[in-house]
Amino acid sequence: MSDNVYRRALSFANARLWKLIHVDILLLGALLLLMAGGLVVLYSASGQDMEMVERQILRFGIGMGVCLGLAQLPPKYMRRASPALFIFLAMLLIGVLLFGVGAKGAQRWLALPGGLRFQPSEIMKIVMPMMIAWYFSDRQLPPKFREVVVVLALIFTPALMVARQPDLGTALLVAVSGIFVLFLAGLGWRYILGAAVSAPAAGYVLWHFMHDYQRQRVLTFLNPESDPLGSGWNIIQSKTAIGSGGLYGKGWLEGTQAQLNFLPESHTDFIIAVLGEEFGMLGCGILIFSYLLVISRGLYISATAEDNYARLLAGSLTLTFFVYMFVNIGMVSGILPVVGVPLPLVSYGGTSIITIMATFGILMSVQTHKRAR
Amino acid sequence: MSRRYKNFRNYNQEKTLTQSRIIIAGLLVLLLAGVLMARLFYLQVLNYQLYQTKADDNRVMLVTEPPPRGLIYDRNGVVLADNRPIHSLTVTPERIKSMPQLRKILSGLIDISPDEWDQFDEKLKDYRRPYQSITLKSQLTDEEWARIAVNLYKLDGVQVEAQLTRYYPYGKAFAHAVGYVGRITTKDLERVDKQAYQGALFIGKTGVEGYYESTLFGKPGIKKVEVNARGRIMDELGRENPVPGKDVHLYMDARLQQYAYDLLGNYKGSVVAIDPNTGGILALVSKPGFDPNLFVRGISYKDYSVLRNSKDLPLFNRALRGGYPPASTIKPFMALAGLEYGFSSWTERYFARGYYQINPGGRRYRDWKRGGHGWINLERAVIESVDTYFYQLANKMGITPIHDFLTRFGFGKSVLLDLNGASIGLLPSNAWKKAKYNEPWYPGDSVNVGIGQGFMVATPIQIATAVSAIAARGHYYFPRMAQTIGNKAATFEGKEGGVHNIILKDQRNWEKIITAMRKVITDPKGTGRRLQGTDYAIAGKTGTGQVFSLQDGEEYEADKLAKRLHDHGLFIAFAPAEKPTIAVFAIFENGGGAAKPADLTKKLFDAYIDGKYPKKYDYLKGNAK
Repeated sequence: MSDNVYRRALSFANARLWKLIHVDILLLGALLLLMAGGLVVLYSASGQDMEMVERQILRFGIGMGVCLGLAQLPPKYMRRASPALFIFLAMLLIGVLLFGVGAKGAQRWLALPGGLRFQPSEIMKIVMPMMIAWYFSDRQLPPKFREVVVVLALIFTPALMVARQPDLGTALLVAVSGIFVLFLAGLGWRYILGAAVSAPAAGYVLWHFMHDYQRQRVLTFLNPESDPLGSGWNIIQSKTAIGSGGLYGKGWLEGTQAQLNFLPESHTDFIIAVLGEEFGMLGCGILIFSYLLVISRGLYISATAEDNYARLLAGSLTLTFFVYMFVNIGMVSGILPVVGVPLPLVSYGGTSIITIMATFGILMSVQTHKRAR
Repeated sequence: MSRRYKNFRNYNQEKTLTQSRIIIAGLLVLLLAGVLMARLFYLQVLNYQLYQTKADDNRVMLVTEPPPRGLIYDRNGVVLADNRPIHSLTVTPERIKSMPQLRKILSGLIDISPDEWDQFDEKLKDYRRPYQSITLKSQLTDEEWARIAVNLYKLDGVQVEAQLTRYYPYGKAFAHAVGYVGRITTKDLERVDKQAYQGALFIGKTGVEGYYESTLFGKPGIKKVEVNARGRIMDELGRENPVPGKDVHLYMDARLQQYAYDLLGNYKGSVVAIDPNTGGILALVSKPGFDPNLFVRGISYKDYSVLRNSKDLPLFNRALRGGYPPASTIKPFMALAGLEYGFSSWTERYFARGYYQINPGGRRYRDWKRGGHGWINLERAVIESVDTYFYQLANKMGITPIHDFLTRFGFGKSVLLDLNGASIGLLPSNAWKKAKYNEPWYPGDSVNVGIGQGFMVATPIQIATAVSAIAARGHYYFPRMAQTIGNKAATFEGKEGGVHNIILKDQRNWEKIITAMRKVITDPKGTGRRLQGTDYAIAGKTGTGQVFSLQDGEEYEADKLAKRLHDHGLFIAFAPAEKPTIAVFAIFENGGGAAKPADLTKKLFDAYIDGKYPKKYDYLKGNAK
């Protein structure tokens, strides 16, 4: 019976119409589910600010437009554009370091005419895997040593530039999206093992590149109670919010930590704590399950992609999406240091929604431009 | 290099490689999602209780509401310690956008002294709950209040708060008896429940306010409130209303108190009046007094140093702590002691010369009357206050009977039931002298004690108590301030010596000594004859306390001595003698002799017994007939 249901759903997903307009209905459905749930939590986290929810819906709309637009573009065009895009963005990143504007000591944006701002590092999260996938697209896999060195240079040059802005969270995601391509391309296990062994040394080097506030975050992560009213406050309060939610939560709009403002950044990076407090472990479980739905569909699309470029790109984008979610929930629940990574499609915020939806546009393009078998 | 072998690439193999990596990655994703779920399980299930408590600790705060303090009344319902609403200008710093601008606006509206700004700045630096307001200026005048009130709309974060403050309407004369409340110090908090005093403005420090603190204070209310992260109160979750403090009604007669204070004139001194039928204190005066209202909201350093450095010691409670030689006022007690132990009798005659010698040719202990009194008996010795009689009597008795007998009247003991800080004076004994000076008791020491001088020291409250004991014919009460607390009679169970009964070997001696004291007034040679002409009978005894000892052969010449070396004037009395309703001890420091305290006592009796108060005291009449 359940087998039957599954088959019918699959046939619905493969329906010609969807393929014609280049929409992957399973992915779209999972995304809409996430967005809807996210809006419910956002309404509570924003202090029942309907305007904020409306602005978020507007962003979802724009994101959906970007997604569906990119889905129309066949992967081969993306491949051809990859190196040019990469070089262009790398130059923009240099521009950010030289002429960037920003707030709170960070310099992340380029000012555009008309008072608009543009954050190149955000786009880099997509262009980075495109570039590395392009690099491997006409090379034999698995990569050879020389290729690995080139690719690592391609990954870390822009990643370090982003880290200098400083924006550790984005830098991490930019690097990770490139490394995932390397991994999927079949990077030898001895490299992976070597990296694991030399990670502590890398950490030491990284420490020297860090700004004081970034170091503070790491120290706070290691011992949040050392500064309960200062930098440890966020993490103590978010753990308290999640923990006090229990199995079923305190109920929508009933979370005392969230509603009485004990929870900092409750509508942006720490929004999962609101969910955890008001909907409990059950709510968090459903959220994580929804993410896994999106990710499993993304991995299926990658595995069945037509060529190396599409396969590597789609796989990397899907895994990066998972990293987003894992790092965010990990940091809010206190098993990872606090890096500024939003909860994808749930946190309130502009650019990240657009870029995330763009990745799903690419995934849909990969899925819907397959030649019929 | 790879391009060369392009044609030989095995695309399927590459596809399988990537697919296998995707599967590995998928498994990793599942594993890490499992880690997240495990973490959530740890926080939300295993440690649910812990975080639940933490969340409640965050949001729930207990706010104590101080109860209204009980009032203090005199016996006629005159309010001696009142609660008054005052209006204070308070500021909530979190709501102030620009402090310098606020300063400018406020300074334009009302006078705020640099001192007040300094105190405000200091409190601003101290730890406090967020959104807790800070008092900038207390006790606004009506005009100031109005000026602020009409401008409140443009003073965000500024408010006028009404609070109850303590007020002592009659000030100085009552300061030592009623006492005062003051700011709560860390030391105060050691002896009370800290939680209860949260939010309280002051605590009873001295007098009735100090002793009955727990009664007057009441029970604070507790408000359970929900606060947000900035400490702002969002909601009230529950409350327990404060229980007001109980009122204390005193035995004190406010008119008598004020009258006695005024009658002391410019002299330092003390007056204590007791109702011998109850032990109730009718008046407890120590002069000079001070304005207790200065202490309520914290006395300024300047005011305090003026009080502290005054030579007249206005902060010193003479009635409770002033140690004076009782002088000749001790003589009726000595007479009773002599009779009790068989060292004297009413009939035995004695030739009183101008001096007394323990051994012939030894030191001459002089009588106040140069030529002596001639042949006298015990009664006459009391009437004329014959020093030599009591010299010889004390010498015969020695210190031990004197000590034992006087102890029964409360000398050398703590007699005051409900005020703190009273001194027990000094009733000397063999053992005391041995301990203090490592010397034996000499006969000369007894001789001095015989006329209430030498080592003996007593406080006004002690002497007044002893007088009330004679007035009550031995069945007397230790003195007390409070008559009723709340609506119940004040009880002193567990307090040593609420009621005392001195049974003499010959109980008729009570009437006989009272007759002698009566004759101090009525006899033509009586030292208190200036008090004749009352329609009720006064029994009394004069006393002149030496401030410094005259050497052998030296003359006491008042006008040659600085005033502070003048003799103290003392007087004890009770009336009506047959059935006394009031017993008094009065002392004028450096008053020269007993005339001034005697006159004062007569006026108090006229007022208390006959109701002959000067008109100007009507404001303190209360519901008295």
